[in-house]
Amino acid sequence: MDAAKEIENGRAGRKRVAGLLAAALIEELEVAYGQLASPPEVQSVRGPETGLVMVRGRIGGGGAPFNLGEVTVSRATVRLASGVIGHAHALGTDRRKARLAAIFDALWQEDGQKEFVERALLWPIAVRLADEERLKAEETAATRVDFFTMVRGED
Amino acid sequence: MNLEAEALTGGFAQPVFNAQDIFRMVMDGMARPGTLKQVAVDIDPPAPLGRAAGALALTLCDQDTPVWLSAGIARSAVPGWLAFHTGAPQTREKAEARFAFGEVGLALSSFGLFATGSQEYPDRSATLVLEISNLETGSPLTLTGPGIAGSTVVRPQGLPESFLRLWAENRTLFPRGIDVVLAAGSDFLCLPRTTKITVKEN
Amino acid sequence: MYVAVKGGEAAIANAHRLLADRRRGDRSLPAITIDQIVAQLALAVDRVMAEASLYDRELAALAIAQARGDMIEAIFILRAYRTTLPRLGTSEPLDTAAMQIERRISATYKDLPGGQLLGPTFDYTHRLLDPALLADAPVDEPLRRAADTGPVTRVSEILREEGLIEPDGELPPDHVTADLTREPLDFPMTRDLRLQALARGDEGFLLALGYSTQRGYGRTHPFAGEIRIGEVEVELDVPELGFAVSLGRIQVTECQMVNQFHGSAKAPPQFTRGYGLVFGQSERKAMAVALVDRALRAEELGEDIVAPAQDEEFVISHSDNVQATGFVEHLKLPHYVDFQAELDLVRRMRREFEEARRASINPEAPREAAE
Repeated sequence: MDAAKEIENGRAGRKRVAGLLAAALIEELEVAYGQLASPPEVQSVRGPETGLVMVRGRIGGGGAPFNLGEVTVSRATVRLASGVIGHAHALGTDRRKARLAAIFDALWQEDGQKEFVERALLWPIAVRLADEERLKAEETAATRVDFFTMVRGED
Repeated sequence: MNLEAEALTGGFAQPVFNAQDIFRMVMDGMARPGTLKQVAVDIDPPAPLGRAAGALALTLCDQDTPVWLSAGIARSAVPGWLAFHTGAPQTREKAEARFAFGEVGLALSSFGLFATGSQEYPDRSATLVLEISNLETGSPLTLTGPGIAGSTVVRPQGLPESFLRLWAENRTLFPRGIDVVLAAGSDFLCLPRTTKITVKEN
Repeated sequence: MYVAVKGGEAAIANAHRLLADRRRGDRSLPAITIDQIVAQLALAVDRVMAEASLYDRELAALAIAQARGDMIEAIFILRAYRTTLPRLGTSEPLDTAAMQIERRISATYKDLPGGQLLGPTFDYTHRLLDPALLADAPVDEPLRRAADTGPVTRVSEILREEGLIEPDGELPPDHVTADLTREPLDFPMTRDLRLQALARGDEGFLLALGYSTQRGYGRTHPFAGEIRIGEVEVELDVPELGFAVSLGRIQVTECQMVNQFHGSAKAPPQFTRGYGLVFGQSERKAMAVALVDRALRAEELGEDIVAPAQDEEFVISHSDNVQATGFVEHLKLPHYVDFQAELDLVRRMRREFEEARRASINPEAPREAAE
């Protein structure tokens, strides 16, 4: 694998982890944290803190961007004893969630912990999200209009 | 320490309280031009940004304040550090910058490219934080103007050669103009645009 | 002139205590929880989020509870809260084409890719009060049906393929996206800024303006090309990572109005568009925004400005209900001194008026006798 591709894959991996951690429920994070062999030594680098992100839309759906309104976002950056740094950003005001998510982002980057994070946390989140999405799509599909044509007149 | 770690660590331990302390110092410093201020907050900005300049950046810069960095600073870990801790966008255009940071020995040919505000909004101007060698051993300069009872003397060492001429030009723009903070390590002093600087006659 | 008057501290404190009591109401009833408001008054929550311009269901529900259900008060509280938080950044523009659809209808095409998906709509209900809700009767689970997956084409894309509709709405490449929370409003304004103002505008005000265009005050011949409601991913570019990450999903409502346009010597005949995008499930609001967005493009499209809905300064200056309520309600505040001054003035004018009248009835009567 060439270097550029490796970096690209690395990014895709981090992006996937960040997305799943942002979608995690606090309960899922707490359960996985409780399953760690020993709680990691963690230093706060930034936050956890809550702020706003301005959300943009596009005129007409695909045109020039415009500012739609803000969302609350909580974020945290932590450093493990090994020096590995983890980041987390998620909608909402739950700073505990942001901190735990940042810890798991860091643990995922450690070779010895990656497998545990995938199995105990990321996999269950991904499964839940897929289930929720399918359920919603199927409930919506049941409200789809099936048009039929009324035959009128003789011919 | 790798570049990433250097860019992420060394910020305020207590962002709210630390920023409040520093803000108070800058406010007092601008109200009393030439007063020597010392930053005691324990931060560790990447070189070549000094502790005082770093603390000012963390306090004053945010998402809405484009920042201009001199070449030496722009090449260092500072851009990443500023982006991480303040969210401030970096600009190459001096005219867009609300804050500008210059390293020791910076050659300044003009202040003119920095925003000087408008007659209606003279506050829409840049504040230049200039790192110099020290604030104690230079040849004496006399400051007069608002916020100074009579006159006061400062001794900045390592000012750009053109500084006094540029400053005189800056004063003619009033109420427009830029404001300057001279920083050296943990120390800084403020030179708002109202302050008149003359070489002290011995 | 302003004159400070002190006093009333005890009355104010007692009034607030009374407010808290009335808000709680009958103590024999369980207190309503924030979760219940989020779950069961979801559209009230959505309206507060949209008009406060802050997407956070829990905080919006808290504001509704605190405001005793007064929506504008709740919007005001949430707006005030948002000013206490720092801004961390600006998201990547939402991709509404990639929305997970919960409802999607078109009034212009019967059969369209992705189909007409009614979703949880009030349409086709009989608007009869439902006594079943009084008894908390059990509610059936929704039915399910195999779903198509993948993105659902926007109706505007279908017309675009034929070249019969204008593009999505571009601004000059060097245009910096305007933000009314950072710069004071200035007229005339660009369409991006108008859409931001309309997204947080008062639903009732925009509804009335949209309605006025249908009744002939600035007609635009609208068709609801497409309305879609669903969740979209919010992505933030994080400098320390060097790429954009997902923050989670938010629900939005998008309305594409298709409007008639006669064309000109320069422009070929084609449909024009009005666009509405709003936080939450808020179909009426998104439609009203799209109507008003189109009406406000009158000047851009070379139309005569003859109606209120086409008057940018009128619409945008009066669409914000927090500003409006602030200025209307400030009339409650003490104006004792202003009023005394006016009272003196009216008394004096009245006296002069009476004197002048008496003088005209009886020109010989000495002035002193009249007093």
